[in-house]
Amino acid sequence: MISRERAAFLALTVFLAAFPWLAGVSRSFSHYTDVMIFAGIFCVVTIGLSLLMGFAGQISLAQAAFFGIGAYGSGILTVHFHWNPWGALLVGALAAAAVAWLVGKPALRLKGHYLAMATLGFGVIVHIIINEEVDWTGGPSGFGGIPSLTIAGRKLTGDVAWFYLVWGLALLVFLFSRHVLHSRIGRALRAIHDDEKAAEAMGVPVSTLKVQVFIYSAVLASMAGSLYAHYVSFLSPGSFDLMWSIRFVLMVVVGGMQSLWGALVGTVFLTFVGNEWLQVFADFEILVYGGLLLLIALFVPQGLVVWLQGIVDRRHNIRETPSDGGS
Amino acid sequence: MGGEFFGAAWLQYALSGVTIGAIYALVAIGYNIIYNVTEIINFAQGEFVMLGGLFGVFYYQTCGLPLVLAVLSAVVTVGVVGLLLERYVIRRARHATVLSMIIVTIAFSILLKGGAMLAWGKDPYRLPAFSRGGVFLWQGVAVQPQALWVLGISAVVVAALTLFFRKSFYGKAMLACADNPSAARLVGIPVRTMVLLSFALSATVGAVAGAVICPITLMEYDRGALLGLKGFGAAVLGGLGQFSGALVAGIVLGLSESFCAGYLSSGYKDAVALVLLLSALFFKPEGLFGSKEAAGLKRF
Repeated sequence: MISRERAAFLALTVFLAAFPWLAGVSRSFSHYTDVMIFAGIFCVVTIGLSLLMGFAGQISLAQAAFFGIGAYGSGILTVHFHWNPWGALLVGALAAAAVAWLVGKPALRLKGHYLAMATLGFGVIVHIIINEEVDWTGGPSGFGGIPSLTIAGRKLTGDVAWFYLVWGLALLVFLFSRHVLHSRIGRALRAIHDDEKAAEAMGVPVSTLKVQVFIYSAVLASMAGSLYAHYVSFLSPGSFDLMWSIRFVLMVVVGGMQSLWGALVGTVFLTFVGNEWLQVFADFEILVYGGLLLLIALFVPQGLVVWLQGIVDRRHNIRETPSDGGS
Repeated sequence: MGGEFFGAAWLQYALSGVTIGAIYALVAIGYNIIYNVTEIINFAQGEFVMLGGLFGVFYYQTCGLPLVLAVLSAVVTVGVVGLLLERYVIRRARHATVLSMIIVTIAFSILLKGGAMLAWGKDPYRLPAFSRGGVFLWQGVAVQPQALWVLGISAVVVAALTLFFRKSFYGKAMLACADNPSAARLVGIPVRTMVLLSFALSATVGAVAGAVICPITLMEYDRGALLGLKGFGAAVLGGLGQFSGALVAGIVLGLSESFCAGYLSSGYKDAVALVLLLSALFFKPEGLFGSKEAAGLKRF
């Protein structure tokens, strides 16, 4: 199993390395690199969310808010204060961590519906602040002119450079998160998902761990937000509203919550659905999202990746170890 | 909005606060009904309110029904939507975890919102006021007659539901389902029917809220989420499951929002209710009127 995953990871790396070249072959695919940059940025968000939701069993409907804290943190520090973009990214991440700690400490004592509503409420508050603080954020009309990232004094230009930067980071985050999941912490998280009280009794520091995972997911979302800001150079509140938080949840759920691969696959799939294939029926986008989410939640609750894996395993007649936890 | 002199201003804010607060109370009651029977929080509750308003507009303007009939038809239609939600969505996910249940109701709310956007577009719509006669002055305060309708109808709904759950056979049977579904089934209560009823009833109450507020605040396709969130704030603040608590908490939320809009900042008025919601969740999740022991027994 482990070696198979390693092979899959290797294949993914090779595929990603070749992707800009593959996309460049035909004119009709060349903008796929651009779509994939967004997918990579979102992957950084959803890998964190997958850890929080799939493994620790805690829902967050506020990831777009942390994404926004990173993006606007980067935007404000670089445009108004002429900071270096990397410094801005770092400060944005620290700010997100601080906010996540402040909100997460009381919020994560709540369970299920209450936690979902609390994170939802927090997300909407951040969105309102972005809309209202016109002097800093440009309000509803947005603000632009955010500089690109620099590496060794040179501006990062061109889709290909951005592609490698973003996906390099996404793969690093993937590997690190996977490492965490296979460590003591990962086992503790799964124990929390299955039964908090039992985990507590076994000596797992449940509340501390939950807050830590929440902070981790917030920091990742914030870093992704900063990348997004420096890449698109223009921010408007629409990208950080409730619908985006739901989209992030959807990306994790569609791929499968119980596996980091699920987050990866779901995110790439839905980014292409949203940016590429649904452009034809723009107004139907929201309906398709709702329908997809409903169908997956009702009929394939374990997500596409685990479902496909199950089909493959059955065909190969490999006996699967029972997957942990409900879905 | 504000009156010519300061004394009237606060009264004016209070009136609009109480009016919008009554709507939050109705939304909160929608949550409470379903929660009381199934312990599920329905994230599509706000969408029922939006649909109530927009279907009212549809029956009145497009179909040309008289206003009373249009509003009644809207309420019935949305009730059917609630029925469908339970029968074809919730029932399928019955044994799912809380997390999937949340995702399922959120997905349904997105479908309703998207459907409303396709059907009605992005413009806001208005219904005419329920009674003739324009704004009148009272103590220097401009009173919209529709505000009185909102208050009256909300009071009637709260009273009727409280009586229904406390006194009537069906109401008590519905409460028994939440307490212990298998025991309820053993004594002969058709639990499935009761759950179905609770979703229909909750959608109906939401639609009433949407239809009565539509003449004052207008209604558009994307109002659902925020209304739902504020209504949930009222439900939590009042103690989840408590009808009279929801009424008081709804009005508290409406008043604080209205005073914030009047004296502090109109842009941040939406944040006020949410900050109150978060404080309630963080510091007093059993609500102002719920008992701690009762909250401890419930699964949330």
